[in-house]
Amino acid sequence: MIVEIGAFALAFALALSLAQAILSAVARVRRSSVLAGAGQGAAIAAFIALAIAFASLMYAFVVSDFSVANVAANSHTAKPLLYRVAGTWGSHEGSMMLWCLALTGCGAAVAAFGRDLPAGLKSLTITVQGLLGVVFLAYTVFASNPFVRIANPPVEGRSLNPLLQDPALAFHPPALYLGYVGMSVVFSFAVAALIEGRVDAAWARWVRPWTLAAWAALTVGITLGAFWAYYELGWGGWWFWDPVENASFMPWLIGAALLHSAIVTEKRGALTGWTVFLALAAFSFSMLGAFLVRSGVLTSVHAFAVDPTRGVLLLMILGVTAGASFALFAWRAPTLSRGGLFAPISRESALVLNNILLAAATTTVLLGTLYPLIREAATGEAISVGPPFFNLTFMPLMAALILILPAGPLLAWKRGDLQGVIQRLWVAALIALACGLAAFALISPRKAFSAAGVAMGAWLILGALVELAERTRAFRVSAGESWRRFVGLPRGAWGMTLAHLGLGVFVLGACFETGWKVEAAQTLPIGGRLALGEYSLVLDDIRGVDGPNYEAERGLMRAFKGEKLICEPTPERRLYSTGGQTTSEVSICTRGLDHLYVVLGERRDAAGQPVWLVRAYWNPLALLIFLGPAIMAVGGLVSLSDRRMRLAAGRRLVEAAA
Amino acid sequence: MSGWLPKSPKARRRLYLIAAIAPVLALAAGLTLWGLSDSISFFYTPAQAAAAKPPPGRSVQLGGLVQPGSVVKHPDGRVEFVVADQQATATVHFSGDLPDLFREGQGIVATGSFRKDGEFEARQVLAKHDERYMPREVSKALKEQGEWRGEGSPPPSYQTDAAQP
Repeated sequence: MIVEIGAFALAFALALSLAQAILSAVARVRRSSVLAGAGQGAAIAAFIALAIAFASLMYAFVVSDFSVANVAANSHTAKPLLYRVAGTWGSHEGSMMLWCLALTGCGAAVAAFGRDLPAGLKSLTITVQGLLGVVFLAYTVFASNPFVRIANPPVEGRSLNPLLQDPALAFHPPALYLGYVGMSVVFSFAVAALIEGRVDAAWARWVRPWTLAAWAALTVGITLGAFWAYYELGWGGWWFWDPVENASFMPWLIGAALLHSAIVTEKRGALTGWTVFLALAAFSFSMLGAFLVRSGVLTSVHAFAVDPTRGVLLLMILGVTAGASFALFAWRAPTLSRGGLFAPISRESALVLNNILLAAATTTVLLGTLYPLIREAATGEAISVGPPFFNLTFMPLMAALILILPAGPLLAWKRGDLQGVIQRLWVAALIALACGLAAFALISPRKAFSAAGVAMGAWLILGALVELAERTRAFRVSAGESWRRFVGLPRGAWGMTLAHLGLGVFVLGACFETGWKVEAAQTLPIGGRLALGEYSLVLDDIRGVDGPNYEAERGLMRAFKGEKLICEPTPERRLYSTGGQTTSEVSICTRGLDHLYVVLGERRDAAGQPVWLVRAYWNPLALLIFLGPAIMAVGGLVSLSDRRMRLAAGRRLVEAAA
Repeated sequence: MSGWLPKSPKARRRLYLIAAIAPVLALAAGLTLWGLSDSISFFYTPAQAAAAKPPPGRSVQLGGLVQPGSVVKHPDGRVEFVVADQQATATVHFSGDLPDLFREGQGIVATGSFRKDGEFEARQVLAKHDERYMPREVSKALKEQGEWRGEGSPPPSYQTDAAQP
């Protein structure tokens, strides 16, 4: 019964989204506040209906109702409750439900909290959001309905892929989808503004919090995904330039560009067309991501079993939505007002350069991701584009971005003083250079590129600190005065400093980890010892362990630094009885910011004696790789909590303009 | 400022913008072309590799099904196995931990290069997240060879024949 309620609520949400789009559109044409209210009501109702549908699906998963095909294919009674809940969005159908839930949720949020938006813009935004809802809900209802029943329910389900039964991956899709779909509001705002023919500072002010929220969610989602890949796949790596990873990275890059260009539009009224373009692009990249991940057109370690006809449908949705919006852009953009002038050396110019570099970097990622497809379509040859390509193309552009980044916030708007900026930064530059040289000299094997990366990470961190010192006028006024300024800094300023600092922390960690990781692998009998640089591992015993839905071999080990015991890793090798899949459960010892990463491999026989393949990595500063993005996301949230970001401030702006 | 710059501020701004965009675009385009010509890696099934004969040492990907009974695991961590398609086979050498989804009859993709003796030295062996999933190139190549039994069905393994008495 509950499943039927869910199926009905899902279909009803489609009808409500259609009503939302039509009512709001008519409200805009007739300038009727009654109809606009009805449209907003429909938007909120659509969200409630979808929440009910989603809850019903979750219920079916929790009680293991295997008469629902989706549950039977992706769940199992022996699965822990968390993963039965997470199984709701673990499959293609369920993830589309989550996508639609976020989409209608965003529409409802605009309807409920957009009191300060001009009526016309608000109605149009809700219309566009409603149309997006119609498209994706229609896809879900007709092509990927999760409530389909099967005639002969199996006694037991096929279970969720064990690799996905992991806390980080249980929460990775919701965060990622919030980010993807949060960009839909930005998209709807952009389309609405193009139709209205007005893109100004107030518009940028409304768009910025949405972009920030979506970008912060994407940051969290991508980091959780990277963290999962790091400890669950057991390869010791965290980023593979895999198409599926790129799919989430591209909207993140465009989102970062949009955040910066929206600042220029808000503060100086400039770059209007470009900001709108980025707003359209951000969501288009999100949809491209959904298509790439779910269509199976690309080979990826993260790809799932997929149905090509759905891929074609998703491609059509992407083509129509992105095509129509960019056509609208081409038609309306020339009518947008051109904002203030600025000198070549200015905050605006620095942000423009930031945008050019981010856009170019996104383009290289896009090309690297799609080139195998294009090439195969053209020549029939299957190829893959791997890390060497991205190292060659993406990295230099990012390096250029990192070089200019600390200068940007120190430049004044309109006309900046380059000499003054150099005066403030040269000490930081020298220290960063020294850090790079020290890394190169002190750590063997010597690696020039990683050392350059360390210098850049230090440069970013120091640059953020210099910027903070400038704002608080540290060392130039009394300590008390500096402290007062420090505490009184607007949250937006804090957010920016944290985000830039987080990027620096990430770059530092990534370069250290890739440059100076130590790796060793060997088969060990019980009592055997594996040497790993100045560390060593002893395999004391192997013990059988029973989990809720798996059996495991657990290695009991001791790790030494020299002769000193530092920790006792217990890596596992799990066999999931349903599906017969094995996974390895990595054991990570955290020592300060460093990781000792231990993987237990399979059992082999050496002259009648069992031996186990043990692989270990010493990953210096690996924690920073995940800490950096976390700081960035916190920066985004801190910015978001800035009073000035709230929509009421936007209203004052409109009133002032009126 | 210098006299050769256009007088109108609008035109000037445009000039600055072009001056900023052009080098970045040129850099990005140049790097991309260079990268695409230099660092792409071709995918072959054993039969395609036999026909194309990639030069020894060039990084390529080799995909196919792991031939049942061919996996030899040495106590020192080295592994040898045979990757097969319908027409040809190739011996793969790999040192290290195989992915969790690696098993006989499973479709895999190995990244590495051919040695001078024609055997394959793998740096990395990939199997996929999902036990029902087959690497796309493998499924496509198998489809072309008429060895495909439809989406979702178990991979067309030689194992079923071998396993049944």
